[in-house]
Amino acid sequence: MKAAEFDYLRPSNLGAALDLLANESADVQILAGGQSLMPMMNFRLAQPELLVDLNGLEELQFIRQTDSHIQIGSMTRYCELETSSLIQQHVPLLSIALPHIAHSAIRNRGTIGGSTALADPAAEMPALLIALNATIVTRSREGQRSTEASKFFLGLYETALDSGELIESISIPKSTTGSACGFYELARRHGDYAMAGVAVTAQRTDPINDARVVFFAISDRAIRAETVENHLNGLSELTEEGLENARKEIDKLDFHGDLNAEVSTKRHLAKVVFKRAIEEMMR
Amino acid sequence: MSGPLTLFDKPNSYIGKSVPRPDARRLVEGRGKYVDDLQLPRMLHAAFVRSPHAHAEIGNIDTAEATTLPGVIAVFTADDLADHVSPYVGVLTHLQGLRSPPQSPLAADRARWQGEPVVMIVAQSRAIAEDACELVDIDFEPLETVCDAGTALQDDAPVIHGEFDSNLAWQRTVDAGHVDDAFARNDVTVIEREFIFGRHTGVTLEPRASVVEYDPSEAVLTYHYSGQAPHMMQAILAKHLGLLEENVHIVARDVGGSFGIKIHTYGDDVATAAAAKILARPVKFIADRTESFVSDIHARDHTVRGRLAVDAEGKIAALEIDNLTGIGPYSMYPRTSAIECNQILNLTGAPYAIENYRARGTVVFQNKNMMCQYRAVGHPVAMAVADGLLEEAAHEIGMDVVDIRRRNLFADNAYPINSAAGMKFDDLSHQKALEKLVRFMDYEALREDQAAAQKQNIYRGIGLVSMVEVTNPSPMFYGIGGAPISAQDGASVRLDAAGAPHVSASITEQGQGTNTIIAQIAAGVFGVDIDRVKVTTGDTATTPYGGGTWASRGAGIGGEAVLQASHALKQQVLDVAGVILQARSDQLDIVDGQVVDIEIGTQRISLADLGKIVYYRGNELPADVTPELIATRHYRVTDFPFVFTNGAMAAHVEIDVETGFVTVLNFWAVEDCGRVINPKLVDEQIRGGVVQGIGGALYEECIYSPDGQLQNASMADYLVPMAAEMPDIHIAHIETPTKTSVLGAKGAGEAGTGGAPAAVMNAVNDALRPLNASIHQMPMTPQRILKALGKV
Repeated sequence: MKAAEFDYLRPSNLGAALDLLANESADVQILAGGQSLMPMMNFRLAQPELLVDLNGLEELQFIRQTDSHIQIGSMTRYCELETSSLIQQHVPLLSIALPHIAHSAIRNRGTIGGSTALADPAAEMPALLIALNATIVTRSREGQRSTEASKFFLGLYETALDSGELIESISIPKSTTGSACGFYELARRHGDYAMAGVAVTAQRTDPINDARVVFFAISDRAIRAETVENHLNGLSELTEEGLENARKEIDKLDFHGDLNAEVSTKRHLAKVVFKRAIEEMMR
Repeated sequence: MSGPLTLFDKPNSYIGKSVPRPDARRLVEGRGKYVDDLQLPRMLHAAFVRSPHAHAEIGNIDTAEATTLPGVIAVFTADDLADHVSPYVGVLTHLQGLRSPPQSPLAADRARWQGEPVVMIVAQSRAIAEDACELVDIDFEPLETVCDAGTALQDDAPVIHGEFDSNLAWQRTVDAGHVDDAFARNDVTVIEREFIFGRHTGVTLEPRASVVEYDPSEAVLTYHYSGQAPHMMQAILAKHLGLLEENVHIVARDVGGSFGIKIHTYGDDVATAAAAKILARPVKFIADRTESFVSDIHARDHTVRGRLAVDAEGKIAALEIDNLTGIGPYSMYPRTSAIECNQILNLTGAPYAIENYRARGTVVFQNKNMMCQYRAVGHPVAMAVADGLLEEAAHEIGMDVVDIRRRNLFADNAYPINSAAGMKFDDLSHQKALEKLVRFMDYEALREDQAAAQKQNIYRGIGLVSMVEVTNPSPMFYGIGGAPISAQDGASVRLDAAGAPHVSASITEQGQGTNTIIAQIAAGVFGVDIDRVKVTTGDTATTPYGGGTWASRGAGIGGEAVLQASHALKQQVLDVAGVILQARSDQLDIVDGQVVDIEIGTQRISLADLGKIVYYRGNELPADVTPELIATRHYRVTDFPFVFTNGAMAAHVEIDVETGFVTVLNFWAVEDCGRVINPKLVDEQIRGGVVQGIGGALYEECIYSPDGQLQNASMADYLVPMAAEMPDIHIAHIETPTKTSVLGAKGAGEAGTGGAPAAVMNAVNDALRPLNASIHQMPMTPQRILKALGKV
């Protein structure tokens, strides 16, 4: 379980990193927190020719606010998000969800940009970013562009990231008065990838609006369930009937089984986590 | 008696006290010496190309590119090793009819499980060796696989070994009393269930590891070993590498867990030794985690159909089981892969007075990794089947699960007695253990809580198990069948010139604290501060001959040898002291490193001064006195095939019936392992065992695809139990010393693993009962529980 041979470069500024990524003749991989990439390299499932280590780029490590948004540098580690008062105050969904992401040792190294770029279908971060209506800010030598999280995750380990491009930051609207959120996941052991999970946000106005329901660990990617949301939006209060209508829509999602849960189990558990996350949101 | 029992009461006795481990600080500070820490001059590294197929013909093996990769020193196939390693066969004569074909370290013309080593690369680094593995081109022709043990004996099943007519490895039947008549009685209730026990494995923190050196000038092979049976490995390597046994030196320093995993003969380890001999250079092989999952032995994987008949008073009228197990393509060498099935036949229902008992065991070959002895061999299966049926029967006839046990467990004054399967029991305390458990867990309060919770749709369950554990085996376990496995163990204790005793013992330390209890026994029996005792284990060059630590035998057998040797050394010292002091040696004792008068306790001479006289100033001794300040004693169990222990355990669980998740709220164990030498170590052995048992019950499973691919060969996907999910584990003891030794210690290492699955399964079914659901398949995963509940 030793990685195949590779070259390693650790640029000291963003421009140099982008120059390295622009090298199309080599198979280049970005090293962020390394919590997925290093095992994959040691298993030889990933055999990059060149590893570009972003850990020297302080310009990608920040949590700051504007009037309306929280901006997080892509090399910000989970443990920094966990202890950030800005996150606690303005992005409560992240605060609730972070302790469920793997273990402390992994959160000490793992980065928000790394998890976003990997797009593991069972990981929490893609679902959270979609639920939070986040924007992924990417950069290449050609310049910067922004992509809505709901359009960033394209499939199994597949994102809208172009070659030569890296994630620079993630921008999340601050939660506002009346906004509420819920998060629930079922993992066999604490810190494991979930058997099913969901992040929900909504405006708890009368009626409820702007509901976002995003499942993870049930399909080939994080899935925003707009048909489910439609049954929540417009309700004055959450009735059992309203929830039942929403749950029926869950049945129609595109479920993919795994070792711990076949499709029918995923379908059942998706409804359970949905119910529990909604309960948390309405508490 | 002149003293032995007062050993436990004397002021300088350590036996029975929770002495901290002398080696704890060293290990915590990272100063442990594990095999992978060894860096020898000219050392090379091995990696293996393993079969990606569960069953395939091996055609041409093209190693040309790998051989020329810079840094590669040698490439070996089965053909290359054929002249250097003689084949080995995993059968024992007392397991009558067991068959298994000869094995070689590397697969020759056919690969029979995914992960079987086919080609060995030896290179200057492990990374280069792995690079070279990718360059080896093997023509595999995949064959039809036999993976499901249930179909392995069907007429149309492909036969894995051409020399055999079928995939049958072994079969045995036990038939005692009149089983059919008992089941036919019209006053009995019959319960019948099928139990399925998934495959799992013992995940050691330190993986299997070998560093092997060979010195052709003396024809000496030194094997740095991470394992628990050094002398067995010495005999095996000598025999199959064609060396004199005395020229094979096995050294085990610190061992990071073994659990039975590292006690077997693995092709990659043998190939590493062969390569070291051929190349005359040290070779290191450390199994990585993936290799561990596909090549460390697996265990369990049993399907058991069980029937139990009880009368209206809950008395067991008859028990019948039919056990099928798949062991992979070979019976493991040298302990064989039939032992677990054999144990299940021997132990199912063993705590209970059962007259009519029939058990059939069938062991088949299949295209999966090999199965063999892992902690608590057979016990979790035997206990879960018997106590699972018993609790179901209790509910069927409307009897409490504690009451039905009271009526069937052997009475505490019934011993010695034989079980229906022919096991000889003595010094057990089933009834006392059960009563203590009931008080300890506050059974009545838990039942009240259960009823109250159920009204709020909270589903809690209570499950018990009464169990026996095989410990302190005699030669009847392996030696009788022809295996080079010693049932006796030895200890030497010598006094140095500074007055410190040095113990070398043939039992082994693999993390459980063997060295600590050796020091406790020696210090207490001999009469010195424990800090003065130096202990050596794991080295065939410096320890007496013996079996090692496995089958819960270290403390009971090796500990007794240490006790006897320490006692003998003390007599030697007192005889010399008598001469020096002009006193009668029987009027002297050793306390805290001083020879004292027994009667008044006056210090007469220190051991240091005595040592100096004997070693430096022998001129002060009479000419006819030639002191021997070294004593060696060996011990084996002679009166019984095994010294059984007993215990009673209980689990309290809560089930989330929407998700199928089981939370173990609490666990209690009452254990009678005879004399407890170190309560803290025994408790931690039981706790660790319970955790592995909970692992088997709820989490751990080697998941294979229908064509024999292991699906979860990583620590991310194979779920070992983790601290966050574990309950508090409460432990109490009953001490009924075994009469077979002065020390009176029985084994304690496997009880938790043996009992916990039964208790957890019974608790889960107790919780599910109001919902008319039940589950008898382990691990009891959320998905399986949801299926049992009809929710998915």
